[in-house]
Amino acid sequence: MSRIRETFAALKHLGRGGFIPFITAGHPDVATTELLLSELAAVGADIIELGVPFSDPVADGEVIQRASERALRNGVTLRDALTCIARARQNIDVPIVLFSYFNPLLKFGEDRLAEEAKRAGVDAVLVTDLTPEEAQTWTEKLIQRGLDPIFLVAPTTSDDRLAQIAKQARGFIYAVSRAGVTGARDQLTSDAAALVKRVRAVTDLPVAVGFGVSTAEQVREVWRFADAAVVGSAIVSQIEKLGGSPDLTNRVGDFARSLLA
Amino acid sequence: MQKSRITRSEPDEHGHWGKFGGRYVPETLVAPLEELTKEFMRAREDTKFWRELNQLLRDYAGRPTPLFHAQRLTAHAGGAQIYFKREDLLHTGAHKINNALGQALLARRMQKQRVIAETGAGQHGVATATVCALFGLRCVIYMGAEDVRRQALNVFRMRLLGAEVVTVNAGARTLKDAINEALRDWVTNVHDTYYLLGSALGPHPYPLIVREFQSVIGREAREQILSASGRLPRALIACVGGGSNSIGLFHTFIGDEQVRLIGVEAGGRGDLLGEHATRFHSSAASGGGRVGVLQGTMSYVLQDANGQIATTHSVSAGLDYSAIGPEHAFLHDTGRAEYISASDAEALEGFELCAKLEGIIPALETSHAIMPAIRLTRELPKDDAIILNLSGRGDKDVQLVADLQRR
Repeated sequence: MSRIRETFAALKHLGRGGFIPFITAGHPDVATTELLLSELAAVGADIIELGVPFSDPVADGEVIQRASERALRNGVTLRDALTCIARARQNIDVPIVLFSYFNPLLKFGEDRLAEEAKRAGVDAVLVTDLTPEEAQTWTEKLIQRGLDPIFLVAPTTSDDRLAQIAKQARGFIYAVSRAGVTGARDQLTSDAAALVKRVRAVTDLPVAVGFGVSTAEQVREVWRFADAAVVGSAIVSQIEKLGGSPDLTNRVGDFARSLLA
Repeated sequence: MQKSRITRSEPDEHGHWGKFGGRYVPETLVAPLEELTKEFMRAREDTKFWRELNQLLRDYAGRPTPLFHAQRLTAHAGGAQIYFKREDLLHTGAHKINNALGQALLARRMQKQRVIAETGAGQHGVATATVCALFGLRCVIYMGAEDVRRQALNVFRMRLLGAEVVTVNAGARTLKDAINEALRDWVTNVHDTYYLLGSALGPHPYPLIVREFQSVIGREAREQILSASGRLPRALIACVGGGSNSIGLFHTFIGDEQVRLIGVEAGGRGDLLGEHATRFHSSAASGGGRVGVLQGTMSYVLQDANGQIATTHSVSAGLDYSAIGPEHAFLHDTGRAEYISASDAEALEGFELCAKLEGIIPALETSHAIMPAIRLTRELPKDDAIILNLSGRGDKDVQLVADLQRR
């Protein structure tokens, strides 16, 4: 059983929702990312998403765009992200999802990526701009090596497509809470709950909800209808604000913990 | 490289030309792209749609455009006859209006009230602002800050036409960054917004839609050259940024095996990555010759060793883009079309030569094709002909060229 399935099984057993923080690899620098992975695991992350910086992040709002730019200015690569994970893996057991746009993976080589990601201790890969139609060989390569391909579904996704996507997906389904790019919003819309309900009608896979989830209140709200909440921009924004401060890791940890309060 | 003789170039139902093209987008955009594909396929079979478009192309845009025999440039070159396809004479001053009108009709069929577009040189932005004024649609144009600076006249034109121009400060602040921002807008406002993409790139169905609406250039040109010279031209030549004017001229001729199709990329100011926009350039340091995925489509993409998209440089904003439309990638790999490049300096030389010899001030984008056309005709017998797509006029570039000449 994959580490992700075990995690969701355990959450179900405990009767609580999962917490999935997102950070960008190499933001503000690679050494800090490695510390943050351990810190987030320590404060209660059930799964961690690690973003690979990309020059043209069309699905991301300003906060994650800036984090990517910062990381790229530091010369951070996909290889660095994998190294980071491999090092953090020595201390933590929490599942890690590699979150990337397609081109850096394509350049790295799909076979090589699947192999090296597995070796580094990655559990799953989510490619923001890879739809199931274009992902078939890619999905097979991941599954062969015991990695879970994670797919996004959106409020605009038709029921037919939901079923298609669920067939290719493993681990969990990532439901985008609303049409739009990543980034904090004051309110969750009713779109998210409606979407999760439609997903549940076609698959038993757990459903995580992300995009715009930024407060403890919103996390609790997501838990009422989904299996886990993903918080990205709100955490990345803390990292940005604290950039360079000596206790960055602890304070980001405190913030993450406050989301679970 | 596979060199099969192709006589047609049509994508499969998912928009793939061979391995190129396709649809690489965040999931939210899949549904609107499918909706657009369906509507376009319906419109394509609808004679009423084409009647309305053709009438607008004639009465509003000024089609057909002439095929002009550029005799003084021909004499200067001393080889085959050079003909200009005069897209610069169209309303708004470039071929971009062909596609803008077609897509505005699609937007109207889909009952979208808000239109967004990206622009590089500003010609597509002006064309979009124009058709939005004509149809009474709200219009938002995304434009990189660097392009806003070098194409100030077009920014003013768009505002006069009632469009909101949003300056994009991300990345290299050029066309690629404007497209990113337009995609982010679209993903957020899919319910009421039509994305009027301006070049033969992006996710399926855009490369196909733009090509269909621009193919009128080649259809007219083929008829005109046959009636002027009694036979097909030896070659067609056009500049290639994303590739809409060139594919528009080339497409009708793909089955005419004896007609060479030549695209001219922006050579910029050097061979190193970041100094040019020659996506097919395969020298090690250039960053070209690499297949990748950018902004929804698989094609040749300028990128570094880690798959980060490279910045580009060209004196012309309209050619300053890291990827090339997927159909061009297919025509390149099958050997049906050839791709060469012209530097900033050559483009300026062509710009001045065309102005002095023909009394036509071409856009800096178009100017890239002029010196290569001269070299090409010198290798050909005098009774042969070539057609150069005079894709746009250069009024927008006059200030920039004046600044460059002063330096």
